[in-house]
Amino acid sequence: MRLEPREQSSMVLKAMVPLGSAAAALLVCSVLIVWADASPVEAFFLFIKGSVGTRFALSETLARTIPLIFTGLAAAIAFKAKLWNIGAEGQLYGGACIATWLGTGMIDLPGWLMLPLLFSTGALVGGLLLLGPTLLKTWLKVDEVVTTLLLNFIIILLVNYLVFGPWKDPMAMGWPQAKGVVDAAVLPTILAKTRLHMGIFWALASALLLWAFMRFTTWGYQIRAVGFNPVASRFVGISVNSVVIRTALISGGLAGCAGVSELCGLKGYLTLDLSPGFGYSGIVVAMLAALHPLGVVVSAFFVAMLSIGADSMSRSLNISNFIADVATAVSLLAVLVSMLLARYKIRWR
Amino acid sequence: MDTLQLFLEAGFWMAVVRMATPLLFGTLGELICERAGVLNLGIEGIMAAGCMSGWTWVYLGGDLWGGILFAACVGGAFGLLHAIFTVHLGLSQHVTGLGITMLASALSSFVFRMVLPDVTTPPKIVPFAPMDIPILGDIPVLGPIIFNQSPLTLLALILVFFVGWFLKHTPAGLALCMTGENPMAVESQGLSVFAIRTCAVVVGSGLMAVGGAFLTLSAFDAFYIGMVNGRGWICIALVVFSSWKPSKALLGVVLFAAFDALQMRVQQDVSMVIPYQFYLMMPYVFSIVALIIMSRRSAYPKALLVPFRKGER
Repeated sequence: MRLEPREQSSMVLKAMVPLGSAAAALLVCSVLIVWADASPVEAFFLFIKGSVGTRFALSETLARTIPLIFTGLAAAIAFKAKLWNIGAEGQLYGGACIATWLGTGMIDLPGWLMLPLLFSTGALVGGLLLLGPTLLKTWLKVDEVVTTLLLNFIIILLVNYLVFGPWKDPMAMGWPQAKGVVDAAVLPTILAKTRLHMGIFWALASALLLWAFMRFTTWGYQIRAVGFNPVASRFVGISVNSVVIRTALISGGLAGCAGVSELCGLKGYLTLDLSPGFGYSGIVVAMLAALHPLGVVVSAFFVAMLSIGADSMSRSLNISNFIADVATAVSLLAVLVSMLLARYKIRWR
Repeated sequence: MDTLQLFLEAGFWMAVVRMATPLLFGTLGELICERAGVLNLGIEGIMAAGCMSGWTWVYLGGDLWGGILFAACVGGAFGLLHAIFTVHLGLSQHVTGLGITMLASALSSFVFRMVLPDVTTPPKIVPFAPMDIPILGDIPVLGPIIFNQSPLTLLALILVFFVGWFLKHTPAGLALCMTGENPMAVESQGLSVFAIRTCAVVVGSGLMAVGGAFLTLSAFDAFYIGMVNGRGWICIALVVFSSWKPSKALLGVVLFAAFDALQMRVQQDVSMVIPYQFYLMMPYVFSIVALIIMSRRSAYPKALLVPFRKGER
């Protein structure tokens, strides 16, 4: 078997990439559903109904899209510079921690000042959490994949300590959670009787800004150049290390914003289930979007659909909701293969 | 308690060797993959798959060694998937590995729920009993530490020396190492880079899964979701720490396990003073510190992360 580059990659082939990945996820899940003695057709309809079929379902999916846009953008910009940030989960919790610290009565500000403050401090903490591993990478050549991954465990244990210890809300009936954020720090809901909140505008604005940044600014161009060919970038006078560090601050910052938005928009208080792995799903979101900031919005919606829809479907059919994670993982692997097939032909010999 | 005295206690070292076992399997598995030039970030998920499949095999009536073998096969299957993607198709080893971890963890959780739909407390199996070897077990200090353990522990220790010998002194092992350093040279010798890398990743992943199965079939008697808890990532750090050498991997793993066992003992003594979460952080902090210390000296395989395409330079 060998791979041959295609002479020209047609638009049709490129359009097939997301479709092929979704089809692969559907196929694998159908097998699991049949194994669980349920009908895949019925499951598919329940999945659509549970993700976008009703006003409430759609609002839940959109609410789930918000953190995924942030973590997806975080992964997209980092991966663009070949900085393997797998620590978005920890950076998310870092952002949520600082927002809890500042937002639960520590400072008193009107809402129009409070939220920008929380988002910027959250982004700062997220960025600093990635700065450490990045400096280790640029100075000492320590592999950032492992350090960012291990940092996730450390930060989550820290949050564990905080919500069981000093930050534990005495009014929470013994539940391990911190006090709720003050009213000024709440991102209001935008649709009555749903959980869809203003965070969606923050997320969409971030995606748009990041796209413009990558497309039209020198810094954005440098990030793409460094990711594409670090050696050539050095020859044209780009300081590769400072570009990577800059990228790290932006990437970690975006992941920190995910934590602030979940805290202030959805949960209202810090708990250990603030994120069911948004940091890791962000990697899937970014890859499905081929690392394009605007594509991230679409793929975040798709991954949100997978988890919300599969959750509701699995409850109706009494199947384990881990099927959503299986679907997410399969679509990640499938998109890698189909992107390759859009560029290369496989020749069997 | 006097710390010095603790180091002289056989019981302490027994715990160290026991805790080192899953890490030894995982680290050796990852080491084999990386020496052939393939980073396998699927390790965390493959260990979870080994955990679940080994346990399920025994729970459904199979015997313990059958469970180990089954876990190894499941791990090898995920390894094959990783090899097809990264070796044959040349896809990003980072992203594919993370994808394999996600897929293997999600599938193990799903299958576990299929096998046991409505149980809150997971049922137990009868795990491996410590061996009772007549003469070797009676050696004063070494006897209980090495020979009075689960047979898997002994297997892991033998494997360290076997892998070390294999990589250094057999033609196949040398070819494997050369594949990680200079694949073109391998190809010019008439050997297939694809075949060597595929074998290395499949065997390495099988070992990782056995490490996972040790957790459910020997260290503990039940499976729960999230059981691997970062051990796979720690193994990746340990491979760097060991400079990709099996003998140093043994040293690294034992050192790591000794720190881990020590923090557990200390935790029991002064649990009032420092919250337990900080002790639980220690293994991860150790790993990061170990990476920082060793990163400068480590001579990583030259072709690690570089996909090989025939006829391309």
